[in-house]
Order: sequence, then C-alpha cells, then structure tokens
Amino acid sequence: MSDVESVAAAERVDEPSGPSGGRHAAKRAKAAKPRSLAADAWRDLRRNWVFWVSAALVLVIVVIAVFPGLFVDNDGKDCALSRQYGRPEGGAIFGFNFQGCDIYARAIYGAQPSILVGVGATLISAVIGAFFGMTSGYFGGWVDAVLSRMVDIVLAIPLLLAAIVFAKGLNPTREGTGIGTVVIVLGVLNWTTAARVMRSSVIAAKSQDFVAAARMLGAGPGRIMFRHILPNSVAPFIVVLTILLGINIATEAALSFLGVGLNPNQVSWGGDISHAAIRVQEAATPLVVPSAFLALTVLSFIMLGDAVRDAFDPRLR
Amino acid sequence: MFRYIVRRLLQMVLTFFGATFIVYALMFANQGDPIQVLAGERPVSDALRAELTARYHLDKPFIVQYGYYMRGMLTGDFGESLTGRSIAEMMAQAWPVTAKLALMALIFAVLFGVTAGVVAGIRRSGIFDHVTLIVTLILLSIPIVVLAPMARLLFGVKLRWVPATAGAEPNLWALLVPALILGSLAMATQLRVTRASVAENLRADYIRTARAKGLKRNRVIGVHLLRNSLIPVVTLIGVDLGGLMSGAIITERAFNIPGVGSNLFRGIQTEDGPLVVGFVSMLVIIFLMANLIVDVLYAVLDPRIRYE
Repeated sequence: MSDVESVAAAERVDEPSGPSGGRHAAKRAKAAKPRSLAADAWRDLRRNWVFWVSAALVLVIVVIAVFPGLFVDNDGKDCALSRQYGRPEGGAIFGFNFQGCDIYARAIYGAQPSILVGVGATLISAVIGAFFGMTSGYFGGWVDAVLSRMVDIVLAIPLLLAAIVFAKGLNPTREGTGIGTVVIVLGVLNWTTAARVMRSSVIAAKSQDFVAAARMLGAGPGRIMFRHILPNSVAPFIVVLTILLGINIATEAALSFLGVGLNPNQVSWGGDISHAAIRVQEAATPLVVPSAFLALTVLSFIMLGDAVRDAFDPRLR
Repeated sequence: MFRYIVRRLLQMVLTFFGATFIVYALMFANQGDPIQVLAGERPVSDALRAELTARYHLDKPFIVQYGYYMRGMLTGDFGESLTGRSIAEMMAQAWPVTAKLALMALIFAVLFGVTAGVVAGIRRSGIFDHVTLIVTLILLSIPIVVLAPMARLLFGVKLRWVPATAGAEPNLWALLVPALILGSLAMATQLRVTRASVAENLRADYIRTARAKGLKRNRVIGVHLLRNSLIPVVTLIGVDLGGLMSGAIITERAFNIPGVGSNLFRGIQTEDGPLVVGFVSMLVIIFLMANLIVDVLYAVLDPRIRYE
C-alpha cells in the first residue's frame, strides 16, 4: 500500500509545468514542500486500514482492562460447583467452566492483569533499554563492549526459561508471584531489542553535524544525549516498544499457563487456559474464550506496531 | 578466521559462566534450609545434619558452593534431584523425545519457511506474497500458549486425526502436530527474513550482471541469489533454537509429552532446585554451542564477518 502511495506522490510532483494556472501550480508547490518524517508517517498510517482496525481493538481492550465493570456484573470469582459446565444464562454469555465460574466474566477481568503486566514490563524495558542503548552507542569503546557482554549473558538463557528461574528465585513461596514480581522479571529480561535499536539510532545520529556543533559549543555528553540525540532516535524505539508490549502480554500468559506467573487466585487468561486445556475433553468453551481474548489482544498490539513500523520505514517512502 | 573462532569461543565461555551463575544464584540464594527441604516433614538429627552439611558443602560461602557445582558440571556430574535420581540420567531419558520433537520442528520451519520465503521474495506483491504475510503475521502474534492447546483440541479431540495424548514413547505420528506448532513461530520469522533478504538481493548489481550475461533464470536464482540471501537465515536458526527450547516447555505441557520440557516443568512445580538448575544449565550449554556453530558457519559463508 505504501509503495502505491509513494509512486502516486512521485507522479504528482512530476506533473508537467506550463501555463496551467494557479491551482495546479499551488498543488505542485504544496506537493513539493518537504514533510517531516512524522507527518509522512502519519499520512501513510491514516490510509492503512490495518492501523485503524488494530488501534480500535487496542482501545477496546484497554477500556475493558480499565473499566471491567462496564462489561460484566460479577467479577468472575463467584463460582458454584453446582453450575459446572452450565449453559449460558443471563449475563454469562459463554456459560460456566469446570469450577462453575462465569467464563465471560473471567475473560473480561483477566484483561486487567495482562495489560498491567504488559505495560509495566514494557516501561521497565524501555528505561533499561534506552539507558543501555544510549550509553553504549554514544560512548562506544569499552563501554560498548562491556554492555554487549551483558546483553549476551541475558540472551544466553532462552526467555521463558530465564523468566521461570527468575520468578521462582525472586519469590520462592508456593503461592505464585504477584504482579509486581512478574513485571520486574519480564522488564529485566526483555530490554535487549530496544537497547539494540536505540544503540544503532544513537550511532547514526552521533555522526551528524548538529552533534559536532553542539559539542563545539561546549555541551556536555548528558545534554547532547538528551536534547539532541534522543529526539532523533525515538521513532524506531517506539515501534519496538509497541511490539514488545504484545510479546510481554504473551509471555505473561505463558508464565501463568505454567503456573509460575500470577497468583492462582488472580483471574488471568493464562491460568484459565491452563486449567481448561487439561480438561479439554470435557468442554471446549472454557479453553476457546480466554484463548480468543488473549490472541486478539496480542494480535492487535503487534499489528499496530507493524503498521507504525511500515509507516516510519524510510525505504518504503 | 582462526582469531574469529577464538574470540567467539572466549565470548561463549564468559557468557556460559555468567548465565549459569545467575541461574544458580537465583535458585539457591533464596532457599530456606536446604537440609529441611530434603528431609521434608521429618525432623533432622544433629548427626545427620552435620553429615549432610559436610557432604554438600553447605557451610562454605556461596561462591565456593558455586565453584563445587561448576566443577561437578564440567566433569559431567550434574548432581541429584531432590527425589534422589541422578539429573544426568533423567536428562538422558527425557532427551530423545524432545530431540525428536525439536528436530521435526526445525526441519519443518526451515523447509517451509525458507522455501516459501524465497518464492514470496521473488514474486513480491503477488497473491502468494500477501497470503504468506498474513499467515505469518497471525502465527507470530498468536502466542504458543494459545496455539498449542487449541491445536490439541482441534486435531486431537475434535477431529481425532492424531492421538490426543502422546504417551510414554511417542512415535513420529503423535509428535507431528506438536512439532508443527512448535516450529510455527520459527517458520514465520524465517519466512519473513528470507523474503526480505531475497527481495533486497534481487535489486543488487551482481544479479543484474548475471541476468545481463544471459544466465538461465534457474541458475541466477538457485546459485547466485540463494547463496547470498540465505546468510541471515543461518544466524536466525541459532536464535530460533533458543525459541524452540522455550516453546518446548509449553508444547510438551499442552500435549502431555514426556520430554525435557515437562520434566523441567515438574521440577519447577515441586520446587526441585537442583533439577531446575541442572536442566536449565544443560539447555544453556546446548544453546550456546549451537550459536557458536551457527556463528562459525556464518563466517564461512560471509567472509566479511571474519574481520569484524
């Protein structure tokens, strides 16, 4: 889609000049005016239906997470074994699971911990990743080497294994871990891609003239990094963060699925999937509903990140 | 080339020690009283306590205990799990199943991913390209936590094409669907990387020269394009192996396959510290070695890397 648009934009600028009159000349002048990267990206995004669909989905899911009471009356913990695998009735549009809990309510209330963990972990990863990426890219040399070794060590243990060991290690009691621990664990393990992206942006920006000019004027490294380099490196970083959000939500669900994620008393999609998967021969709905919610959430975040990345990609302009 | 290999080897050793130290520290630094954990509910007499302390070096500082553990690991002795079984023996028993599963998944990923990626890259913006992009986006987005149980529901329970439970010694047919699910993420990433690499290389000068020389299309694509486009995929295979190991835990749990993943999972649930540390350390070793081989292969294929 963007290829077609860039071709169309080129065609517009190349219109033959001549006694065409003010309107054509004005249009040509407007089309020829250089747009900033952000404005170009926004123009591409506006026309991309994937962006609108995924943005709408993300909005809906965030509203569900923040105001679950708008969608359902009970909080999903009101279970009665007498209603085991009951048919849908009243507000419980999907029926009841093996414990007699309302499947729909649990799916709605499960959004909150997932989004909280996703957002929290991504924020922590953003801070750590930005710090490591900027210092590594700006100072280079042995600082870069040391930080690269640290990245190697973090990456040496596959993500899920590391998360399991960390979660168990930081909270050895049997009751599962709280949201805070999961947020910290995922935040500390997932910052490497963000750091790498920030590092390459910083290295590219570092060689620009305005940085040399700032340094000649006597700006210290801190000021240069925050005032000059950071604004120029932010775009691909944001894209990585959006995709990272989706990955963090998926990983939290995986941890809950394995039983090392959130407290089993917490309503969570991963936990529900885990309980329903063992008993799938008895009923399919308790598995399908939280799976669909989880898949849609992760899908919309990743699609959003993909659309934003395509819009910002200079090669497709 | 030799210096490159030596450098990579040193990096691998450093990373290995760093990673295993972190794993060890996390599992054992927080432990309450390991002797009581071993004894369970029964009281421990003083003599027994003294003997166990001496045997397991529990009175030494933490770093010395780590040293004993590493020395044991490097000689192949991974210790015993809390249930008393030798960890190395448990690994040897669980390993063939997971190896079969992972190998099938990797073959599927490379075969489908690379082939489809090459085709999609050559015919960009065709119907095949768009379809594969959408399919891979869906596969990349839907977590394996959703894919594995749903696949089991669909193919094992509802359609009954494959057995719903793998059993003790699963044959290749029972492992087929789990392998496909496990490899789906790797296939999606490899397809995208291959596609991008092929599309970029198609515009390169050497391809234009080859075509201008009048070479047959098959030779241009099969010999020149492929050799250069597949380089990034090779590195990706090393990374994908790590993903396969992570995904294996979930897939084995969802399909009830008795492999390394489910043993590890049981160890986590029963708080079996030695088991978890042993298995994770072994997996880290395998992952690092695979990445080393992949990096060396990369240097063989792309001479520019040797001087990095």
